[in-house]
Amino acid sequence: MAFIPAVSQMENANVRMMEDLERAVQKPPEERRWGMVIDLTKCVACDACTVSCKAENKTPPGVNYTLVIKEEVGEYPNVRATFLPRPCMQCENPPCVEVCPVGATWKDVEGIVVIDYDVCIGCRYCITACPYGARTFDFGDWYTKGNTPMLAPYETAPTFEYGEERVREDEVSPIGNVRKCNFCIQRLHEGLLPACINDCIGRARYFGDLNDPESLVSELLRERYSFKLKEELGTSPKVFYLS
Amino acid sequence: MKNSKLGMAAYWAVVIISLVIGGYGLYWRLTTGHILANYGQLITWGLWVAMYIYFIGLSAGAFLISALVFVFHVERFRPIARLALFTALISLLMALLFIWFDLGHMGRFYEVYSRPNFRSMMAWMVWLYTAYFVLLIFEFWFESRQDFVRCGQEKGGFNGFICRVLALGSKNTEPEGRERDERVVRVLGAIGLPLAIMFHGGVGALFGVVAARPAWHGGLFPLLFLVAALVSGGGLLMALYAWLAPNKGSEEYKSLLSDMGRLVLALVLLDVIFTFAEYSIALYGGVPGDVLPLIEIMSGPFWWVFWIGQIGLGMVVPIILLSWKRTSSSTFWVGIAGMSIVLAFVGVRLNIVIPPLSVPELQGLVNAVPSPRMTTQYIPSMMEWALGIGIVGLGLALFAIGYNLLPVKPRGDKEVMS
Repeated sequence: MAFIPAVSQMENANVRMMEDLERAVQKPPEERRWGMVIDLTKCVACDACTVSCKAENKTPPGVNYTLVIKEEVGEYPNVRATFLPRPCMQCENPPCVEVCPVGATWKDVEGIVVIDYDVCIGCRYCITACPYGARTFDFGDWYTKGNTPMLAPYETAPTFEYGEERVREDEVSPIGNVRKCNFCIQRLHEGLLPACINDCIGRARYFGDLNDPESLVSELLRERYSFKLKEELGTSPKVFYLS
Repeated sequence: MKNSKLGMAAYWAVVIISLVIGGYGLYWRLTTGHILANYGQLITWGLWVAMYIYFIGLSAGAFLISALVFVFHVERFRPIARLALFTALISLLMALLFIWFDLGHMGRFYEVYSRPNFRSMMAWMVWLYTAYFVLLIFEFWFESRQDFVRCGQEKGGFNGFICRVLALGSKNTEPEGRERDERVVRVLGAIGLPLAIMFHGGVGALFGVVAARPAWHGGLFPLLFLVAALVSGGGLLMALYAWLAPNKGSEEYKSLLSDMGRLVLALVLLDVIFTFAEYSIALYGGVPGDVLPLIEIMSGPFWWVFWIGQIGLGMVVPIILLSWKRTSSSTFWVGIAGMSIVLAFVGVRLNIVIPPLSVPELQGLVNAVPSPRMTTQYIPSMMEWALGIGIVGLGLALFAIGYNLLPVKPRGDKEVMS
């Protein structure tokens, strides 16, 4: 499979992206436009992104901000596996935002679709409206409740989503809310890359400011062929795939 | 007489059993939240949402039929007009209970009023049915005011007390007062008519606007909902009148029921056209998002909900019963036809909500992470059934209590309410 490596072998992509990030957070928030680029030729479906997201956001069973769709193409022995990592697309025109009856979810100034857990009534209309299945409902399930002697500490440790310290407890938000990937907004504001970007073992995921022509993501989109999921719906995703 | 006593006993037995089962459901729902629910991440709306649109459809349908009398002066249906209003009110209450329990945070429902997003069809729907609810109460009050006053003066005991409370201090029983009430009812009905069309069409639009679900997305949905409301509401009123009319055996009863039969038959035929349009065009187009839910509906594990319920009980049975001369002139069979429709539309509503959600938005999504909530199959859980049965039981109880205490009974044309 021949392709031109956009990142020179000498350069560490994560270091480059950290520098991009630093430049971006120094700009006024409304001038940033966060985007993600996923190189499908590099993804090995190890699910490190899925797991690091779980660790960062302490999401319960059934709640997944990002996941990897694995499919087999062809018939044995002529088969090939295809992998499609799927975070939230952070659409420019998010259909989930339109349908929220109480305005509990919106696109913030940096272009990230966020949810106010203290406002969301849990009607789940946004789940039906998302064309990517990127939203999940927090039913209140636990990994280690009932089936183990005690609730594991990783389930009760506080999370810092949206910069708010929250401990997950029965019947308290975010339980009963819809939850989704927010590009680890809490990390971005601290100058850190989203967890899934940091932990991708194949360097298949890139992140940065799409408004910055010097950023790695902008460079990749200039140099490589990219596509977006379900573009025909007019959602205008900010997650791009290289193939 | 003996039969009706036995019937009442059976009715209340059903109500009490339902309420006990509902009590369990309520306890589970309030103590464990949504953990015991079987709706998941993909099929995220289940039995309760389907029941919500079912009862809200019955409400809108019954109201629209009452408008025939109050707005369009089709005096033929006057004997059931008030019963229609009352049925609309009770169904609406049941619908709202269903959707309230479905919320992740029940305590936050007020936010739809305090901070609505009017780009959301759901916000529109809530505001419209609130307006409709208020209007229904006023319309019902003005329509019944003089009967409340009369019953308050004539009856003693609890019933008289209730009537005096509901009369709100009003004493006037003069014909001029009735004329004024009728004018008010006419105006309220005229406002209510577009309101009912908007809010139930709005419920259809709530689904119709969702481009992410091809099987919902389209302009036919609001209209389909309105037709469904009229058929199911008409069927319910027809069944109620068949059983509850005070003047059974009279010519008037028979002719009114046969007129209702004709009206409902026409509505069922309209529903056949709409359903055929919806299904045939989607199937012809062959787009997977459109076709897969329909295949699931017609040949999935719940094929019988469509073929026996939707088509059999909802179309074939009423069309035969209401058009065959022998059955269409039999009040018993006309009542059965109505009941058959009422039952069938539970299936219609389930098939609107659930199968279109069972197609993953992206191929392979379901297997991406192991989770019992990420599945294309859905069967309501015990908790969902129990709470649902309880709400239906509560509705039946409210209906029976209101029916006995309030002046809502169907009547003969010349009969004065008591």
